[in-house]
Amino acid sequence: MRRNVGKATDTIRARRAARVAEVPDWEALRDAGAAIKARAMASLPEQLERLEAAVTRAGGQVHWARDADECNAIVGAIAGEHGAREVIKVKSLATDEIGLNDALAAQGVEAIETDLAELINQLGHDTSSHILVPAIHRNRAEIKLLFEHTIARGQDLGWEITAIAEAARRHLREKFLSVPVATSGANFAVAETGTIGVVESEGNGRMCLTLPRVLITVMGIEKVLPEWRDLEVFLQLLPRSATGERMNPYTSLWTGVRAGDGPQEFHLVLLDNGRTDVLADEVGRQALHCIRCSACLNSCPVYSRVGGHAYESVYPGPIGAILTPQLRGLEHAPTLPWASSLCGACYEVCPVKIDIPSVLLHLRARVVREYKSRRSPEALAMEAVGRVFGSQRRYEQAQKLARLGRGPIVTAALPGWSAMRGLPEVPEQTFREWWRSRPPRAAGGGAAQ
Amino acid sequence: MSGGREAVLARVRAALGPAAEVPPVPRAYREAGALGARSDSAPADLFCERVADYRATVSRVSAEELPGALRAACEQREAQRVAVPAQAPPWTVDGVELVRDDPPLSPRQLDELDGVLSGCALAIAETGTIVLDGVGACGRRALTLVPDYHLCVVRSVDIVPSVPDCVAALAQVAAEGRPITFISGPSATVDIELVRVEGVHGPRTLDVFVVDS
Repeated sequence: MRRNVGKATDTIRARRAARVAEVPDWEALRDAGAAIKARAMASLPEQLERLEAAVTRAGGQVHWARDADECNAIVGAIAGEHGAREVIKVKSLATDEIGLNDALAAQGVEAIETDLAELINQLGHDTSSHILVPAIHRNRAEIKLLFEHTIARGQDLGWEITAIAEAARRHLREKFLSVPVATSGANFAVAETGTIGVVESEGNGRMCLTLPRVLITVMGIEKVLPEWRDLEVFLQLLPRSATGERMNPYTSLWTGVRAGDGPQEFHLVLLDNGRTDVLADEVGRQALHCIRCSACLNSCPVYSRVGGHAYESVYPGPIGAILTPQLRGLEHAPTLPWASSLCGACYEVCPVKIDIPSVLLHLRARVVREYKSRRSPEALAMEAVGRVFGSQRRYEQAQKLARLGRGPIVTAALPGWSAMRGLPEVPEQTFREWWRSRPPRAAGGGAAQ
Repeated sequence: MSGGREAVLARVRAALGPAAEVPPVPRAYREAGALGARSDSAPADLFCERVADYRATVSRVSAEELPGALRAACEQREAQRVAVPAQAPPWTVDGVELVRDDPPLSPRQLDELDGVLSGCALAIAETGTIVLDGVGACGRRALTLVPDYHLCVVRSVDIVPSVPDCVAALAQVAAEGRPITFISGPSATVDIELVRVEGVHGPRTLDVFVVDS
């Protein structure tokens, strides 16, 4: 896993740097991007109402969801009205966040992921480890074997990635041509015109947004952009920051319903699910400016070593470390603001200049201020460690004890901690013991060298 | 779901507080028009270079050379039946049956064709992007999506230098509610080991013909 993730982040980081370097006004674009998002957030009620009016005018239907359950119920009800047994899905972090697939499954509707990496994770009963390339923790050998046991049973796909992609194409083509309901997320929604945008590479997005009769788009309320012309900024910032391309292969922009072209019924679900809590924090609210490019993941020395699963959220990496605790409530992810070395690389690459290190420090302060008095397991553990380290005698006894607990005992005793982290082996001999057992040497032998 | 609507809006207002300051947007980047006029030939050169970077095939031809170039491409790709938009110009390609999308072809009929021939509304030089806007020679969206091979004719006068030029030119299209598709190279994925592989669900082959006028 560490090798797969490390290689991926190195590659994509270099590609991004080259594509950013060829844009002479990159810093001006970042400034504009940051300001457009700040403006959209500061006038959010107005922008959401404008968006609703424009989408409705263009023949779409707008729904509002306070939380995950309400959102899932809305999507489930629409799928139910159309008697859908299956829905096809464009990769969407918002729908991952609310657990839409499981909610639909509970009412007998199968959600079929159509993005290659999401399909890999769905077939492997796995979760995403990266915002942009969610199966990057797996290499081609693992994926080849997975496909040969699932969608390409009995076939030998060989080692070429094209053959693996071809298997996905064959498997999903029939679904695209026949399934009547699709769900998607949104990269942008323009309040002025009611236009929704989805940015992708494979064409599965275009398929889902074009061929089914009914389209349901789930969008976090922070995705709204006030003006049409704001797109000129984000259509430059996003592809270069994300995949390191001048432009991603496909961008779809649609406005409500168009007679004779694409879905004839369009639903837009505006999702809160904790976003207004983030907005209420004057320092932390800039996390809502995120356009999900993943440049901060790729530049992060912590992410590239621990991978995405360690963050236990659909939003991993530095942005996840500030977004997840705010969305879920600090009490549900109180340690994430510490999952950073504060090196600042994430801020340098962020296309909308989210000051992640400052927000991390702010959230650390909030955790300490709001939850310090609680007797958390971690606080108790730290107190115990403090006592042990405070006396030489207790420290040496503890080392002897630790040696007894080598190996599986430690792993078993700390299941929550050790599920995604390896623990170092406790050595046979402590440094102090080795020092005492050393044969005596001639005086002054070591110090002068 | 009106309860949800009022509740979400009330939460947003409460979160922002009574006097949220709405900051201005500095637009010190290269805005529309900053990179020179459209009649310039430089954008076409850059466009061709950038399209080729995506591993699409690009040929630069005169209006007279276009039919021959289309025929040669179809021969090479072994495309015998090719869809064209309902409102397409009177293109002819010797030896190839052009199937007009009128009445509209079903997705399954499109899936059985060897390719699609379309024009475009605009193209962006800096990013090598083709822009379709759902009418005329662009056709509706399914047409240029389902067949595995896309031949796209780009008039050099329709190539704009930058992304802001393109977004400005599309303002009216968006206001009218027409769907817009940006295409930059053939369908691709980097999902496995970050190796860019051409072709997953969209057309796996893209041939672009830039016609100088």
